[in-house]
Amino acid sequence: MNMILPTASISATPNGTTRPQVRIVIVGHVDHGKSTLVGRLLHETGSLPDGKLEMLKAVSARRGMPFEWSFLLDALQTERDQGITIDTTQIRFRTGSRDVVLIDAPGHAEFLRNMITGASQADGAVLIIDALEGVRDQTRRHGYLLHLLGVKQVAVVVNKMDRVDFSAARFKEISDEISAHLIGLGVTPTAVIPISARDGDGVAERTQRIGWYTGPTVVDALDALEPARPLELLALRLPVQAIYKFDDRRIVAGRIESGSLAAGDEIVIMPAGKIAKIKTVESWPVTPVDGPQTAGRSVGITLDRELFLERGDVIGHVGQSPRETRRIHARIFWLHDKPLSKGDQILIRLGTRETRATVVAIEKAVDPGALSNEETTAIARNHVGEIDISLAQPVATDPYTENPRTGRLVIEVNGRIAGGGLVLSVDAGQRAVPIDIVPVESALRPDERSARYHHNGAVVWLTGLPGSGKSTLARALERRLFSLGGSPILLDGDTLRAGLNSDLGFSPQDRAENIRRLAEVASHLARNGHIAIVAAVSPSAADRAAARRIADSAFREIYVATPAEVCETRDPKGHYAKARAGGLPSFTGITNDYQPPSSCELTIDTSTRSVSDAVEQIERMLATTNILFDELADLAANI
Amino acid sequence: MDHLDELEAQSIYILREAFARLKKLALLWSLGKDSNVMIWLARKAFFGRVPFPAMHVDTGKKFPEMYAFRERFGKEWDLDLRVEPCPPIESVDPTLPPAARSAARKTEGLKLALNKFGFDGLIAGIRRDEEATRAKERVFSPRGLEGEWDVRDQPPEFWDHFNASPPQGAHLRIHPILHWTEADIWAYTKRENIPIIPLYLAKDGKRYRSLGDQDITNPVASTASNIDEILAELEDTKVPERAGRALDHETEDAFERLRVAGYL
Repeated sequence: MNMILPTASISATPNGTTRPQVRIVIVGHVDHGKSTLVGRLLHETGSLPDGKLEMLKAVSARRGMPFEWSFLLDALQTERDQGITIDTTQIRFRTGSRDVVLIDAPGHAEFLRNMITGASQADGAVLIIDALEGVRDQTRRHGYLLHLLGVKQVAVVVNKMDRVDFSAARFKEISDEISAHLIGLGVTPTAVIPISARDGDGVAERTQRIGWYTGPTVVDALDALEPARPLELLALRLPVQAIYKFDDRRIVAGRIESGSLAAGDEIVIMPAGKIAKIKTVESWPVTPVDGPQTAGRSVGITLDRELFLERGDVIGHVGQSPRETRRIHARIFWLHDKPLSKGDQILIRLGTRETRATVVAIEKAVDPGALSNEETTAIARNHVGEIDISLAQPVATDPYTENPRTGRLVIEVNGRIAGGGLVLSVDAGQRAVPIDIVPVESALRPDERSARYHHNGAVVWLTGLPGSGKSTLARALERRLFSLGGSPILLDGDTLRAGLNSDLGFSPQDRAENIRRLAEVASHLARNGHIAIVAAVSPSAADRAAARRIADSAFREIYVATPAEVCETRDPKGHYAKARAGGLPSFTGITNDYQPPSSCELTIDTSTRSVSDAVEQIERMLATTNILFDELADLAANI
Repeated sequence: MDHLDELEAQSIYILREAFARLKKLALLWSLGKDSNVMIWLARKAFFGRVPFPAMHVDTGKKFPEMYAFRERFGKEWDLDLRVEPCPPIESVDPTLPPAARSAARKTEGLKLALNKFGFDGLIAGIRRDEEATRAKERVFSPRGLEGEWDVRDQPPEFWDHFNASPPQGAHLRIHPILHWTEADIWAYTKRENIPIIPLYLAKDGKRYRSLGDQDITNPVASTASNIDEILAELEDTKVPERAGRALDHETEDAFERLRVAGYL
């Protein structure tokens, strides 16, 4: 057997792979000549494979069509038939100093998703405009999208100058219009160049016919575009892709989006805010590796302690962590057939995190191609807008002005990417993570606790009118769980008001704070494996939603839906009588300010069933929602 | 970070995304230079082990050197190797030109293997610079129930967010080295000391730039007898990489027809 195993002793060789590489996208209105320009550039820079030009000329002759430069790129059968670019194509050529990857993107509005796919990979862009037709809707739309995609370097070419007799006046007219449009979006064109892609004027040479023009050619302009800016000077952001346990190492894997890291660094894992130290940076075939790892690297690290972390978490340095939020304000583009409307349920991808979300508000929805800025209430296909979204779980993110990599998101509908955009701001009302607070992790792992208690931690939240039976149910449930060997803890709203919450009254603000504290305490207990049973009127749906956010996946809401008349007849604490007599001005039973849950894990009417029935119902709900372990199923799983 | 580091990091990111988001993955190992680089990248991504099967859809018509390579490195790299046969030529679309028809056997073999194992993701080593229709590919490329590619309705893909939800019963192609060039592959092969099949190096004034079935693959004129010389040769050449692949040259749309039907 004769295998070649190259050795490191082979001397270095010149090759194209170590030169700076810039990725450039060519965009503009349909039929303004993008593919023609690309074909011409390939020819002018001597980048065409041998025989390719001859082959295409022969194909054109066979089809009885005049040869077009765009045939080079529009290699798909469908495109030759229709004469338009459907998808994005990449082609490479070299200038004297660098490798250029040209991305040709379709101009047809139908294929905006493909233009975005191409342009999102670019360091710079060439926006092409037909000298005869001037600025069109897709020219404006592409200009806007370049801004949204974060492409800041844009060169404008005014093509088909041969059609306007190389008129300097016409060129200036278009140049002024597009420059004003782009500058209005915060993008300053690096050059505006008059060309004829078909004949070659202005592409690699300033010909006689554009003798009045003194600026750069297209090739010059491409040479002046800078490669992507290094992100290593920004704060560390390492979105977790996965945790691998292939051997005795527990490796946290991900790509460094910005900043750098090294073994020994103190890190914080967001959104949970857990603190750890990087023990090692793992690699293959040589491991571990020393020295800093910088932005762009796909790395694996081990930590100095066992923490629960998962795909979607973001690692930063202590003191420079990303924001934790459940509310995001974003500027987006929309590609789905069905317009995006207020109240829509969507899936958000932010880094490696995936979470359900609700569109809370829509602002500034416009067609970026139209001249008028007429706003609509929904964001239509190929339009843009600003949205407020509420997330089902907290995420770690940055405004895009602070970090272009972790400040952008995509929206998915039915498993397909439907839009994307920039994070403009995160909810300022969320609690900030104080940098000098270092939470101490429990010495016990969750699975150690659940093995003893036969259940996972939970917050069982009983809400309902005074007298509906919350406390009775809570006490019965506590007894039942305890008899099963579990660790239930009763948190009664009134009891806590006597101590922890004794500074609070019954104003809406105080009630909200009362609920927040209850939820924080309950959630702490749940994280430590206990089942916190909260019995609290908690009339405000917003306050209960806040409690659910705090306790997150451990939250189980039970609506004790006993009819008001029955509650008043029971009146165990004498409150109804007192309120009727005018002694309790903000008593919920009388003032009708109770907002029943619209969706909760369980609803129980205690006027129609016994306490033991109700407890059994709760127990079943806890079993089916993965709080109580089904002993038989567990045994089977362990055999 | 140099250019090869960037390519490597991006490919590792893609491989890890595929592993995180799909349930049943396989890597298509054609034994060529590209898929060997891909296996190497997978070992880097997963710290030495390839955590999914490496599948060789075997037409039975490869060069003996390729089979020897498969036997040796399947073991040495500790791969979960699956060798899957292709159906006879008679079962393949007779309207295709001869070489394309022969190559289409591989598509049929792939379909059989997919049905047999129920993979929802196939990792394939195609590159944009190889061929014009491949340039249009997505990194995560959804396929229909019959494995077909709907080039007219490819989903948007940007900022390294991938569409990873194939419909029930369909699969995704994942292309971790889509952004590499032929020169990148060789420069990386050299830097990492990745083994190659000797047919890539010139013998008697000829070498193979691309390896396929024996009967539809021809060597090109070359004197490059090591990787440095291959790189120097690529620096100057204007001959396309797949020039020795007969199926690329039969009719102008043969390759596209193959790809729409599910060919790599």
